[in-house]
Amino acid sequence: MSQESNQIGKLDWISVGLYALFVLLGWMSIYSAVYNPEAPLWIFDEAFYTSNAGRQLIWIGTSLVLIMLIFALDFRFFESFAVFIYAAFMLALIAVPFLGVTINGSHSWFKLGGVTIQPAEFAKTATALLLAKYLNDPQVNLTKWMNQWRSALIIALPMLLIIGSNETGSALVFASFIILLYREGLPGEYPGLLIALIALFVSSLLLSPLTIFICLLVMAILFVIILPIYQRRLPQTYVRIAGAIAIIMALSTVVDWVVNHVLKEHQRNRIKVYLDPSFDTRGLGYQVTQSKIAIGSGGFWGKGYLGGTQTKFDFVPEQSTDFIFCTIGEEFGFVGVMAVIVLFLFFLWRLLYLADQQRSRFARAYGFGVVGILFFHFLVNIGMTIGLMPIMGIPLPFFSYGGSSLWSFTILLFIFLKLDAHRSDMLSR
Amino acid sequence: MPEGRRIIIFLFFLLIGIIFIGKMFYLQMFDSTYEKAADNNAIRKIIQVPFRGEVYDRFGKLIVYNTPVYDLYITPRKAVVTDTNRFCALFGITKGRFDTLTREAWAYSRVKPSLFLKHLSKEDFAKIQDALVDYPGFSISTTAFRTYQSKALSNALGYVAEINTNSLSDQKDDYYRQGDYVGISGLEAFYEEALRGQRGVKYRMVNSNGVEKGEYRHGELDVNSIAGQNLFTSVDIRLQEYADSLMMHKVGSVVAIEPSTGEILSMVSAPSYDPSLLAGRNFSKYYQILALDPLKPLINRPPSAYYRPGSTFKIVQALVGLQLGILTPGSVFTHAGAPVKCHVHNTSHNDLHNAIQWSCNPYFYHAFRKILYDNTQGDTFERSAQGLQRWSELVANFGFGRKLGVDLGNEKKGNLPNVEYYNKVYKGENTWKFSNIYSLSIGEGELVVSPLKMANFAAIIANKGWYIPPHLVKGVGDKKIIDDFYKTPVSVGIDAKHFNVVHEGMRDAVLQGTVGREGKISDIVMCGKTGTSQNQKGKDHSVFIAFAPKDNPKIAIAVFVENAGFGGFAAAPIASLIIEKYLKGRVDRKDIETKFMNMSYLANVTYNRKIVKKDSLKR
Repeated sequence: MSQESNQIGKLDWISVGLYALFVLLGWMSIYSAVYNPEAPLWIFDEAFYTSNAGRQLIWIGTSLVLIMLIFALDFRFFESFAVFIYAAFMLALIAVPFLGVTINGSHSWFKLGGVTIQPAEFAKTATALLLAKYLNDPQVNLTKWMNQWRSALIIALPMLLIIGSNETGSALVFASFIILLYREGLPGEYPGLLIALIALFVSSLLLSPLTIFICLLVMAILFVIILPIYQRRLPQTYVRIAGAIAIIMALSTVVDWVVNHVLKEHQRNRIKVYLDPSFDTRGLGYQVTQSKIAIGSGGFWGKGYLGGTQTKFDFVPEQSTDFIFCTIGEEFGFVGVMAVIVLFLFFLWRLLYLADQQRSRFARAYGFGVVGILFFHFLVNIGMTIGLMPIMGIPLPFFSYGGSSLWSFTILLFIFLKLDAHRSDMLSR
Repeated sequence: MPEGRRIIIFLFFLLIGIIFIGKMFYLQMFDSTYEKAADNNAIRKIIQVPFRGEVYDRFGKLIVYNTPVYDLYITPRKAVVTDTNRFCALFGITKGRFDTLTREAWAYSRVKPSLFLKHLSKEDFAKIQDALVDYPGFSISTTAFRTYQSKALSNALGYVAEINTNSLSDQKDDYYRQGDYVGISGLEAFYEEALRGQRGVKYRMVNSNGVEKGEYRHGELDVNSIAGQNLFTSVDIRLQEYADSLMMHKVGSVVAIEPSTGEILSMVSAPSYDPSLLAGRNFSKYYQILALDPLKPLINRPPSAYYRPGSTFKIVQALVGLQLGILTPGSVFTHAGAPVKCHVHNTSHNDLHNAIQWSCNPYFYHAFRKILYDNTQGDTFERSAQGLQRWSELVANFGFGRKLGVDLGNEKKGNLPNVEYYNKVYKGENTWKFSNIYSLSIGEGELVVSPLKMANFAAIIANKGWYIPPHLVKGVGDKKIIDDFYKTPVSVGIDAKHFNVVHEGMRDAVLQGTVGREGKISDIVMCGKTGTSQNQKGKDHSVFIAFAPKDNPKIAIAVFVENAGFGGFAAAPIASLIIEKYLKGRVDRKDIETKFMNMSYLANVTYNRKIVKKDSLKR
């Protein structure tokens, strides 16, 4: 028992506190979204538990059970069983197209009794665990091709399986493991290249090929000017520059082709809406338009808790899940959203700090994996509510309504906090 | 190196966070369109338009009231029409029309009701009322049309129509919305604010399906509607109808006033129109026809038509001369030396009484000359200016050359030439004298009056020197409130004693003067003065002013009949018939009544060099 109390003492209460705050804020927003001023429900009403707010309360309660379970387990369990956990969820992902049920047009859920679970949500945790375990091997060096490929494979397998079940948005989350890999020694060129490719992707959608070409040409001339004299005289320099331009132009053509031929209709539409906010605001662009209206109408102080009209009266679709941020924006205004963004960034900073404090590479890598996943959700979810990101079905961690989502983020976070609580034990090993 | 990477990673996070906050700042603090869009989404304004006030005549008889009509609204998302054919048959529309209307509604909003069919009558409504339950998403909203008990008085009443774009953008207090009905002319326009009442507004929150979700801000912004106030006019609608019938096939005006109160008993503008034409769903069709009619039936002539007063103005000259002490009842002038001709009449003792009785032109030529020159100094130019100055100051008291302030929007000032006016016309001071302006003496020249002014003048004579500003409404609302302006007598600055000779002259004009046999009423003591108003367009206009009875007058009247010739021919008989009708309640002179009801002077009426055909008139 002494070990138990010791463990609680070492728990990072700052992170736990922020987690609790986010969950509470999320629940308040969900309550506000279902709140009916003419017939307010309270937690003692039976009908309350058929509403989203009531059910979220159940998810929160069960999450506490999950946290206790995690803390009851031996901290070595996660490292030892990483392979099994990973394998189990890969099997689940393979099985879901055959055994799963469809919820909200997404055929990616398991129904276990009264509870529905989306294995894709948990696959992130499993992947982070396996990746951390793989990197825990001192032999592994991410500057080596072989190790890079193996890491990529661990990430790609669940990604492809999830894309297979038509959940491209959830699959993209796995790209966030680039943060974990970067921290663990992946050369900086890789994230640089990723960012460059995203930039190229967006610009080739926004700009005409001729404009891109002219831009590249100008950049090339500027580049040549700053080169040392001797390099300027070498013919290879110009061959390389010409080659680079050719590759970029080719890639941008590929982007167009992919968008027009590989992507599905609904994905193409989401990109259209993203690029042009005024496109079909009553149809395809309805969601993002309404989301911006809800947030934009909040003003500086917001309309007050339970005072929102847009979010309360269902103008924003998916408003308790993916668009929960609208409620905060409308009811708490600029002050509220700024507080949430600042707190979330502080939370991420805290986790980054804790991760770097880890003595074991497993715990550290896992920590960076957690931060990466949380950040990616933060980026895409808030980004899409204000039109800075295309719409993807991605929840805001801890805030959004939904059992799978809350459970998976709770597990993801608390495994790390459990490992962190044991960091002195790891040293003694 | 790895420690540093944490910083790099976090700086990237920070960058994203700053971008987000920047965008939030723009959305929430900078761009106000979202706030409006949000209100548009979730707050429904329910407007309650109260019924417009009713209009009554002086005896409490209802003239104008409201008939409810029904507008059918569709809420596309909720609307389900399974059997389109039956629906179309029920509402009397074609399948194509149904499709168009539905499409338009969808284009407007999926969840907000939009107008589907306008102005269904009570009969149509009764037909569809029961069937409506079978069609969810369709709802009825009630509005009202003006309905008229009488076809008379339409010009003075004015009409109500949908507000036009210009008035909408020019309005001061931002009350009206697109599609609102507003009084366009006449009393409907003048008493618009009282008649319309106050529109009520309720704000309700609605969800994305358009379902109401309770009061917005606990109803603190809601405004209850206030019913429109009724108008109690001074018009005797039976007299109005009678005067109307006499003015058939004629162009002109009748204004009858109760001298003691300034209340207008009747105000006819001929030709007129059936007011119900402009009150139904065919407004635009009939408006088009009426607006294009060359005889301009939409214009309310009495306060706005311009005429020369002709010989009726001689009374003004007589009164001004008497007041200035330049004339006395015994002043005598002969026909000699005047450039104006006269009729054959007894001139052996041509005093003021005789001159009024026979409308003697030379008399008033000489009298006006005396009015200008007596007690003035300098050369004839200077004396003319001094004389005209004091003359015009007195004449202005009668309301000439300015608005009387009748409760109608289209009253015109007319023209009363004064020194300033002639200095402008003749380009300089002392450039004109009596010989240039003597036409004023007999009511011609640059004088311009309206029938309303002449009726008021008749009332001034009847009252011996004062009037109450003429008005059509003697009470607004249940408390019958009226502006003090319409209760306060105005003196014209002529002593009452000077009116005696005028009354006598006008009485004899009727008995054995210019008026003639058809203008005489055997059992009513009427005083009158004929006028013949010259105009460039064609035959003279026939003018007559009168009041009766001579002692304690009950009615003062002015009648103008365009291109009907000498005042005694048309205007005087018509005026006498109206007076008889008003004072006795019946007319005994049936032959004269029949003659003037059927008489038409339209053949003489010219407009755009074309003669108007009889049948182009609306009534």
